[in-house]
Amino acid sequence: MKRRALLGAGSAAVLAAPALVRAAPPPRDLLVQAMAFDDVLSLDPAESFEVASSEVLGNTCERLLRFDLDDPSRLVGVLARDWRLGADGRSYRFELAEGLRFASGNALTAEDVVFSLARAVRLDKAPAFILNQLGLSKDRLGSALAQDGPLALSLQTSEAFAPSFVLNCLTAIVASVLDKRLLLAHEVDGDLGHAWARRSHAGSGPFALRDWRANEILTLDRNEHFHGPRPALARVIYWHVKEATSQRLMLVKGDVDVARNLTPQDLDALAGAPELRITATPKGGLYYIGLNQKNPVLAKPEVREALKWLVDYDALGATLIRHIGRPWQNFLPQGIFGASLAAPFHQDIARARALLGKAGVPDGFELTMDVRSTQPDQGMAEAFQQWAARAGLRISLLPGDGKQTLTRYRARKHDLYLGDWSVDYWDPQSNAGAFAYNIDNSEHPATKPLAWRNAWDIPGLSHETLAALMERDDERRRADYERLQDEFRRSAPFVILCQQTQVAALRREVQGYRLGPTSDTNGLAPVSKLGGGVA
Amino acid sequence: MRTALRFVLGTLLTLLGLLAVTFFIGRVVPVDPALAVAGDRATEAQLATVREAMGLNRPLYVQFGRYLRDVAHGDLGQSILTANPVGEDIARVFPATLELATAGIVIGVVCGVPLGVWAALRRGRAVDQAVRVTGLLGYSVPIFWLGMMALVLFYVRLGWVAGPGRIDLAYYYAVPRVTGLLVVDGLLAGNLAAVRSALAHLALPALLLGYFSLAYISRMTRSFMLAELKKEYVMAARGRGVSEARVVWRHALRNAAVPLVTVVALSYAGLLEGSVLTETVFSWPGLGQYITNALQNADMNAVLGGTLVVGSVFIVFNLVADLLYRALDPRVR
Repeated sequence: MKRRALLGAGSAAVLAAPALVRAAPPPRDLLVQAMAFDDVLSLDPAESFEVASSEVLGNTCERLLRFDLDDPSRLVGVLARDWRLGADGRSYRFELAEGLRFASGNALTAEDVVFSLARAVRLDKAPAFILNQLGLSKDRLGSALAQDGPLALSLQTSEAFAPSFVLNCLTAIVASVLDKRLLLAHEVDGDLGHAWARRSHAGSGPFALRDWRANEILTLDRNEHFHGPRPALARVIYWHVKEATSQRLMLVKGDVDVARNLTPQDLDALAGAPELRITATPKGGLYYIGLNQKNPVLAKPEVREALKWLVDYDALGATLIRHIGRPWQNFLPQGIFGASLAAPFHQDIARARALLGKAGVPDGFELTMDVRSTQPDQGMAEAFQQWAARAGLRISLLPGDGKQTLTRYRARKHDLYLGDWSVDYWDPQSNAGAFAYNIDNSEHPATKPLAWRNAWDIPGLSHETLAALMERDDERRRADYERLQDEFRRSAPFVILCQQTQVAALRREVQGYRLGPTSDTNGLAPVSKLGGGVA
Repeated sequence: MRTALRFVLGTLLTLLGLLAVTFFIGRVVPVDPALAVAGDRATEAQLATVREAMGLNRPLYVQFGRYLRDVAHGDLGQSILTANPVGEDIARVFPATLELATAGIVIGVVCGVPLGVWAALRRGRAVDQAVRVTGLLGYSVPIFWLGMMALVLFYVRLGWVAGPGRIDLAYYYAVPRVTGLLVVDGLLAGNLAAVRSALAHLALPALLLGYFSLAYISRMTRSFMLAELKKEYVMAARGRGVSEARVVWRHALRNAAVPLVTVVALSYAGLLEGSVLTETVFSWPGLGQYITNALQNADMNAVLGGTLVVGSVFIVFNLVADLLYRALDPRVR
């Protein structure tokens, strides 16, 4: 009897199990995004540089200006109502819109702008260089930044840079305007509120941070003090789902509205599902192979060129980076001012072999290639390995975790390095300064741009990169970058493989969802959802 | 008293050794920890500042000494990745693992022990073979694949269970945190809908881990039982006319339970390390994911903190197994 009762209870529990699940899609004013965001290190704009944190800060904080998503070379005022450049080419004056408030309710004034820019320079975290290069350095702060009234400020750059460059730098996350009173209220040991701001929020954007539990969840709530149009969403939840297939299942099931890290296979599987759609935008990230010029064979111009004729761009675009990237051959990604569309290279093994013969290595040679053990990186490395083998090159792959390969790369210990690089701010100088600038090729330079990491000693080209930075005429500046890219394609020890595409799969009811070319331009304010209830 | 003292000393030494090994391996790994903090875009001057602040310029033994001093004061340091004190992080992720592992081991024992006994009684027959094959599958099928398939079938197709995550988002902020075990917290708050949601999310990963431990536990039960059933006291009992059920369940199993306790305790401790793959498939924010992610990002404080917890769990479980051993087997006393 007892046993029978137990059995009965057991089977009742099993039968009742289906009732455990109640299908309840997220309500209409809640957007749930499945995303792998184990890279969030800090939510302080003065420190943050990661993909997920940039997206969050793009929605919780604002800058003086932003670039127009439809025409990324055009600037639009956000907090600034007006801006102008003085005749000396160095003094910029900004006027703020009236009636701006932070999410805390505090008024946003020129004092906050000056404080925030100075704060980022004083804290001197990695992104500070974006401001430093304008001449906003610790010792120049007093003369470079001034408040000219409650809603006006001026910025004095150290040199007469191209105005587009200066203004583009001010669209970067590091130039976010933060709530001075709030930060100083949380200051500990003169840290300008940094320890607190790493996991809090002091901005004025359409959303405010409610909660962040690392590797678990990040929740944004609508900022009721927002000065712009009221967002339709009351809440946005980023749900940390590391596994792409899990993201896909949750999307299909309707437990999440958007899936952010699907693989080409997942996206193929979803194509044609009537309840879903896919949105994609080319972003400011490239995959490339760096050729260390400390390797005497790789330093030969013919060998550098030969490697560029090995890549089967068509196959790459059709398979490994399908949906998530497209073949690209220039150091400026498309969408950025001055980006060249030229694509002279295609797979030509005979030509590569001939070049190797000319370089005195007709039978090929042995090489190693460092690569992160993630996809699509490793897949591309394996593909390149096979293409290279056809020209007689024997490449052995050295897969490792991201930080490990990066440590070797930064120590110039690699032969070949396959990796990715994203622009830091939406200006051609960002990548020109990385790929085509190296003024100190010694072992201990102040910074390690990509050209340095591959020991590419280019005093002449570095000079041209600087000249483009100082060119105040937009059309001439554009022509400068065309020339730099031509030279780069011809002689650089870099094989540019492809430009990344930012892609998301979403449920049909999600409206107004748009990915920008940078993480911080993935704006949530215009997003709404059709149907469903309200939480 | 003396035994207790010896135990405490032994424990401390074990933990110290564990920390030392992890610490030095962490420093030998060819990753620059300053790079993990400051990022790829940092200038050399900024990296130098970070190295100085982290004490990376000092000799290794000094660094280790400082770390030990902090740990002794209850400070596990700050995690690079989460910007949180490691202690706080672990207090957040460990209950998730504890909940899953406990559900898993309960399933493993409740199903595994009877299966093992049954297989032992039907040695060589179809039942025995079936249990053997089931166990073998549990061992050899990659848990990642099995988890995915189970999700496709039970979550997407049949809709019997909830998907990845620990609870529906609707209840995420509805249950005040007391123990961190969502089922328990839901009960404490009297929020039965939240409990149901937590159970619906727990069911599949727990069954999967349960199956995994069942495979091992049933194999071990079977062999312990076979050994017992051959012994004289069993034959004697049978000869005295004691019912077969009583012989098996009261006499033989009771004796087989002694070594079985160790098996179960260590299986449980193993689950408490956090099973990375299950946690990844089911987006379960537990200790396994935490430590793995920390390792991949050279977040050494987090790795060391996690190791310390795992080490302590093993020590405690060994102790518990030891005590149970004594309770069950008078000869050991």
